[in-house]
Amino acid sequence: MAEPVLDIRNLKVDFATRNGIAHVLDDISLTVAPGELLGIVGESGCGKSMTALSILGLIPSPPGRIVGGSIMFQGRDLTKLPQAEMRRIRGGDIAMIFQEPMTSLNPVFTCGEQIAEAVRLHQSVSPKAARARAVEMLRAVGIPEPELRANAYPHQLSGGMRQRVMIAMALSCEPKLLIADEPTTALDVTVQAQIFGLLDELRSRTGTAIILITHDMGAIAEMADKVAVMYAGRVIEHGPADAVLDNPGHPYTRGLLASIPRIDADPDADLPEIPGIVPALTDLGRGCAFEPRCPLATAACRAAQPPHVAMSADHSAACIHLEASEVPA
Amino acid sequence: MNALLSVRDLKVHFPTGNGGTVHAVDGVSFDIPRGRTLGIVGESGSGKTTTALAVMRLAPITAGQVDLDGTPISRLEGEELRKARPRFQMVFQDPFSSLNPRDRVGRIIRQPMDLLGLGDPAGRDRRVEDLLQQVGLRPELKSLYPHQFSGGQRQRIGLARALATQPDLIVFDEPVSALDVAVQAQVLNLIRRLQRETGLTYLFISHDLGVVRHVCDEIAVMYLGQIVEKASAADLFATPRHPYTQALIAAAPSLLPEHRRRGGGAKLQGDPPSPVNLPKGCRFVSRCPIAVDRCRSVPPDLRQVNVGQAAACHLA
Repeated sequence: MAEPVLDIRNLKVDFATRNGIAHVLDDISLTVAPGELLGIVGESGCGKSMTALSILGLIPSPPGRIVGGSIMFQGRDLTKLPQAEMRRIRGGDIAMIFQEPMTSLNPVFTCGEQIAEAVRLHQSVSPKAARARAVEMLRAVGIPEPELRANAYPHQLSGGMRQRVMIAMALSCEPKLLIADEPTTALDVTVQAQIFGLLDELRSRTGTAIILITHDMGAIAEMADKVAVMYAGRVIEHGPADAVLDNPGHPYTRGLLASIPRIDADPDADLPEIPGIVPALTDLGRGCAFEPRCPLATAACRAAQPPHVAMSADHSAACIHLEASEVPA
Repeated sequence: MNALLSVRDLKVHFPTGNGGTVHAVDGVSFDIPRGRTLGIVGESGSGKTTTALAVMRLAPITAGQVDLDGTPISRLEGEELRKARPRFQMVFQDPFSSLNPRDRVGRIIRQPMDLLGLGDPAGRDRRVEDLLQQVGLRPELKSLYPHQFSGGQRQRIGLARALATQPDLIVFDEPVSALDVAVQAQVLNLIRRLQRETGLTYLFISHDLGVVRHVCDEIAVMYLGQIVEKASAADLFATPRHPYTQALIAAAPSLLPEHRRRGGGAKLQGDPPSPVNLPKGCRFVSRCPIAVDRCRSVPPDLRQVNVGQAAACHLA
């Protein structure tokens, strides 16, 4: 495997809240290689978006604080860079697209102006060249009549077109890493398929590494090479997408996969549920955060954080029962 | 077939600011037998939510008829409509904005009974407790406020409120799309269990094919204000006949091994056209992969293509 573009090691982020310290990210380690697509999946509040914000240096501080670990990008630790340096990287070598393409574009500037602005912030080019680049990027993301659309304001475009504009802007400076946080959640399924197709084509053409943050296991299956499953601020399972989807090790991953209503499932059977709800990050015990909802829980689960157990060379899950009873074949 | 809900040629048109007309719902007909569930799927702007609101008499009906167990609810007004309301209730999409944040949960659930004058006051309090239990919440939670509940619990409260009047029909508008998948399974199972136990009839709006497959007996697919295909849930997924249905099913992200890393599998190009300036022929023609000349000039009727299956396509 190629040298990773991004190498997150033991990242810890705390938030001070009225109810005490919340360990929003607790010992996160992830890597992404050029041209690779890493999916981060989990329910609301599991820390997947916070991981993205940490990479970009956008953790609101206070109340948030990186209290440990490192984020290595092109030989530099992003957690230690001064703000001015970080600003150069953000939108340049690391770009991000957000969930809501309506609110993340400025309504009072045309799409072309906004893309050209991003280009000029990161490259010393003339306004005319930046403008030409904007049109070129709109064409690259499959927007028809890009010369005309460059003059359109965001409200004149559909949701799918706006997300294409966001992607065009994100890619205008040829980032090494693109972080896509729920990029299709606000879009219809046929448009989602178009955006997924576009992202997939771009990474194979440009070698951009992509981190796709989603709550949708279906999106993971469609897009990801490898996947990290997060729960309550920790990565609880990590491995190649096929391995995690076909042979999930952690009881949470298994529960999550089983609870998805599937087109090909027996419609007469009830959906398997994960009982209970996600715990508050301020009142996690010493043990496994999933223990109160887990069908396999024992006293040992309450005693300490379960370490990651290797299920194969590149597939691991944080569950003590995996080690004790059932390393699946 | 003895339909509890019968909708005939329903139209909901809205004027635009500049003299045009939005054809939000444009000639929709369906029946739901008592104790069964009809799902309506479609993308944003397809008219599925407006159809639900029109059935609930919460959107103005331009034309057409809605009958609930023989009562023409589309023609009722004023006090007559109010008296009929206990029989059809609704569960909304957003569990946050559909519950009054300043009311305690007990009052929220009791309110439909108070407003519609059902039962005596003491009986209403007992009924609130029964309803909470029916949706899997402890009765003592009635004194809490909505913000003290999770999204899934709030959707249970919305369901208890809909059940309060002992309706025949419940209309669900995307009831689980704001919920995480593990919680979504809990709420979907609850919705199905209530139907098994009480024989309720459901109209179920969703954009999620997996969800409608799991909940619905029959499914109608809407595109630009019209039903383009209608079939039993099993037939719709096994043998979809309309190219739009086929594209929707193909585009739905799934865990199937053949979908792995296929990059979305996009089949359809472009977006739906505007519901103001409708195409002359088939409304799907601009995105259809198999369109022929006739599709551009002659709108296809929804016609029987198989036993219990209808599609609006010249080529189906």
